[in-house]
Amino acid sequence: MAASGLWLPLLLAAALAGRAAALWPWPQYIQTSEAHYAIFPHDFQFRYHSSSAAQPGCSVLDEAFQRYRDLLFSSRAWYPPEPTRKLHALEKNSLVVLVVTPGCNQLPSLESLENYTLTINDDHCFLLSETVWGALRGLETFSQLVWRSPEGMDAMAYNKFNVFHWHLVDDSSFPYDSYTFPELTRKGSYNPATHIYTAQDVKMVIEYARLRGIRVLAEFDTPGHTLSWGPGVPGLLTPCYSGSHPSGTFGPVNPILNSTYEFMSSFFLEVSSVFPDFYLHLGGDEVDFTCWKSNPDIQNFMKEKGFGSDFKQLESYYIQTLLNIVSAYDKGYVVWQEVFDNKVKVRPDTIIQVWREEMPVHYVKEMELITKAGFRALLSAPWYLNHITYGPDWSEIYMVEPLEFKGSPQQKALVIGGEACMWGEYVDSTNLAPRLWPRAGAVAERLWSNKLVTNLDSAFKRLTQFRCELLRRGVQAQPLNVGYCEQEFEQT
Amino acid sequence: YHGYIFNLDKSQRGPAKRNSAVELKQLLVSIVLDSECDLYPNVTSDESYSLVVKAPVAFLKANRVWGALRGLETFSQLIYQDSYGTFTINECNIIDSPRFPHRGILIDTARHFLPIKSILETLDAMAFNKFNVLHWHIVDDQSFPYQSVTFPELSNKGSYSLSHVYTPTDVHTVIEYARLRGIRVIPEFDSPGHTQSWGKGQKNLLTPCYNGHKQSETFGPINPILNSTYSFLSQLFKEVSAVFPDQFIHLGGDEVEFKCWESNPEIRDFMKWKGFGEDYKKLESFYVQKVLDIASTVNKGAIVWQEVFDDHVKLQPGTIVQVWKFQSYSEEQAQVTAAGFPVILSAPWYLDWISYGQDWKGYYKVDPLDFSGSPEQKKLVMGGEACLWGEYVDATNLTPRLWPRASAIGERLWSHSDVKDLEDAYNRLTVHRCRMVSRGIAAEPLYTGYCNH
Repeated sequence: MAASGLWLPLLLAAALAGRAAALWPWPQYIQTSEAHYAIFPHDFQFRYHSSSAAQPGCSVLDEAFQRYRDLLFSSRAWYPPEPTRKLHALEKNSLVVLVVTPGCNQLPSLESLENYTLTINDDHCFLLSETVWGALRGLETFSQLVWRSPEGMDAMAYNKFNVFHWHLVDDSSFPYDSYTFPELTRKGSYNPATHIYTAQDVKMVIEYARLRGIRVLAEFDTPGHTLSWGPGVPGLLTPCYSGSHPSGTFGPVNPILNSTYEFMSSFFLEVSSVFPDFYLHLGGDEVDFTCWKSNPDIQNFMKEKGFGSDFKQLESYYIQTLLNIVSAYDKGYVVWQEVFDNKVKVRPDTIIQVWREEMPVHYVKEMELITKAGFRALLSAPWYLNHITYGPDWSEIYMVEPLEFKGSPQQKALVIGGEACMWGEYVDSTNLAPRLWPRAGAVAERLWSNKLVTNLDSAFKRLTQFRCELLRRGVQAQPLNVGYCEQEFEQT
Repeated sequence: YHGYIFNLDKSQRGPAKRNSAVELKQLLVSIVLDSECDLYPNVTSDESYSLVVKAPVAFLKANRVWGALRGLETFSQLIYQDSYGTFTINECNIIDSPRFPHRGILIDTARHFLPIKSILETLDAMAFNKFNVLHWHIVDDQSFPYQSVTFPELSNKGSYSLSHVYTPTDVHTVIEYARLRGIRVIPEFDSPGHTQSWGKGQKNLLTPCYNGHKQSETFGPINPILNSTYSFLSQLFKEVSAVFPDQFIHLGGDEVEFKCWESNPEIRDFMKWKGFGEDYKKLESFYVQKVLDIASTVNKGAIVWQEVFDDHVKLQPGTIVQVWKFQSYSEEQAQVTAAGFPVILSAPWYLDWISYGQDWKGYYKVDPLDFSGSPEQKKLVMGGEACLWGEYVDATNLTPRLWPRASAIGERLWSHSDVKDLEDAYNRLTVHRCRMVSRGIAAEPLYTGYCNH
């Protein structure tokens, strides 16, 4: 996963099996479990046990504490911990060090004892050693047990979001590491060595999300938005034509070939097993018909099928076939609104995601149409957080009422919620967190709280305070307006 | 620069495969004239340099240390790693100097406090982009984080909190860090408007507003009719001029609201007495002139926002006018320079005005000399400043909001006016952005794509 300079709670594995595997050199004795604890750099300290022979002033350890502090948290600034803040149940705010034998000013020798015991569980975070040399070894092991959690999940949990809609691949790149079709990743990713999500990465995200009650909804968008799939699967995309000759460029997935559906069968078999949620997002948005129109084989197919010149029917044909494939794997699906707008025949339990603000109708009207037809709806149109403007736009975001459309109570019940979208054209780890938070918080309250909770003054007061709390918890949330937080953000 | 160049390759692949390519062993740096190493940079500092890269010794020559700094940055940008990981540089010959001598970034530490680390990081990024002025809008309505030795209550009462303060040490750290990068630090103590926070620690400084005959408990701009005002300002600016070594101080003078002055009976009396009638611009003028005199007394040049010129304040020759209002800014430039005053352009470069998409192109297309005027007038354009006002900006989002958008302005202010091809700029800027990221500056992406690390 992309490296990040963002500051997030670190995790101390007690140790997580996968993480313990990263220890080097391997300890003489190690017992691990799945349990892990959060560490907040601003609040964490290395401490000497009161019975320790080594105490502050012991230069070997004083300096080691500073070194490991820098290594772990890359920061020279350290704030004294707030004495009044309650510790979260699964948080460690100190490593207590007890050295048995005095002796800070000697040199290590052949006979030096370097053994140590590191105990990390619900009750302790404790390093016991014979000598300061053992303490050093234990500190090193401790530092290897600390790791950084995946981006953003914690922030989502703080806001009670419960779905991580992962738009994994698109035209620009294919970072998902497919085991059935490794060429997809090798040829489609920006850099197959560094810019990919391995099976391990994906598992970690899903588990981390699960522990926070967050579902991972994976999206593999087709037939449009698939340029990056082409290099790894020759013949998958439609060759565009310039007159009677191929132009060398490619368009959406080719809907007329059996090989396409064979590929999709195998690919979605993998996807269905990798992603445990019942739902998969199958995309279906913004299919550009120009390339299909230009291709003579497709033109013939259109004639054969009696579609005339209505390419929406061809799109429909593709999507229906795909939906059948995915249904056979016992998955439900979410699709973008074009699938509904273009009258594709979908199963009644399909979820339609509304993203377009004005076309073909205003999104409020779209919600009405979708629910009238009996489908469940997800609202995103007014919540495109990648659309930035000057000033506090959180209030417009907040004042959206998802059920504000003409419809019966039964219709309204079909609106299962919404999603804040952060499309990535102009976003990566350098600016994701401040762009997402706290603005997404406005969406979060709208989707969680009662419909009547709409007082902007109260919301502003609470959200400003919450933003400071997010900062304290390590989320790089940007300011809502002028002001300050007790503890400002400092890059670690 | 050694760190910037060679720490790019974090995997430390060991001694690179020594193929038959020739090795560049040294960069020899020669400063021809008196280096000015121990001095502070100023607006006339010579930033020119020449760089000849030819094995085995590359040669960086500059008149002053300021040019050497610029040349080192360029040199560091010429180095890349080939497919084996070998650090490589092409032979070349560069003669370079800036088009404009004043190339600045405005930061606002009053709307939001910026930790020192954030300011130092900005200075690093500025050096990577050859910016040479940090315009530090240090105090304003919302807070007064500058710790004054003469008037400690200003920050005691006016800062957001006692930990949201810049101590004299902090300020000195910024100034020295900047100096080592050839960057001037110009402080702005904006008045008479934008001073609400000053009133918290300095009683009777601000104008008490009136509701009819009663005081309304609110305050307006600095009270221009009291002697105590000017004695306070004298002492404050005496201190400020000692703390900040740059030859110039920014005195602000923007957006003065007249309503409070109009409501105050003593001020109305003063207006009558002075024969100003109902023209409060004259009162503003009266105040600003006195502040300009104070600046003069402490031997500093003055920079002011354009209202001071627009409202016909009598300005000393050499006072620099900063043009910030977007509407008709070219005409404004023409008028200011026609009147003989130097100009700093900011109007098209308000980086706090974010929008969706590649707005860097708009910043890049601006030409600071694109107004009707004689060559002498054009010579009065000292350069420009990208402004990042702090209403919605603090350390959480400052860096991605500033960079690489400000980089487009950096090139516009340094390079020749002919350098304007957007496609070429895009190709170079994407690489430059990745370079900034690898040097620890969280510059946001220009568009879809990736960096090689």
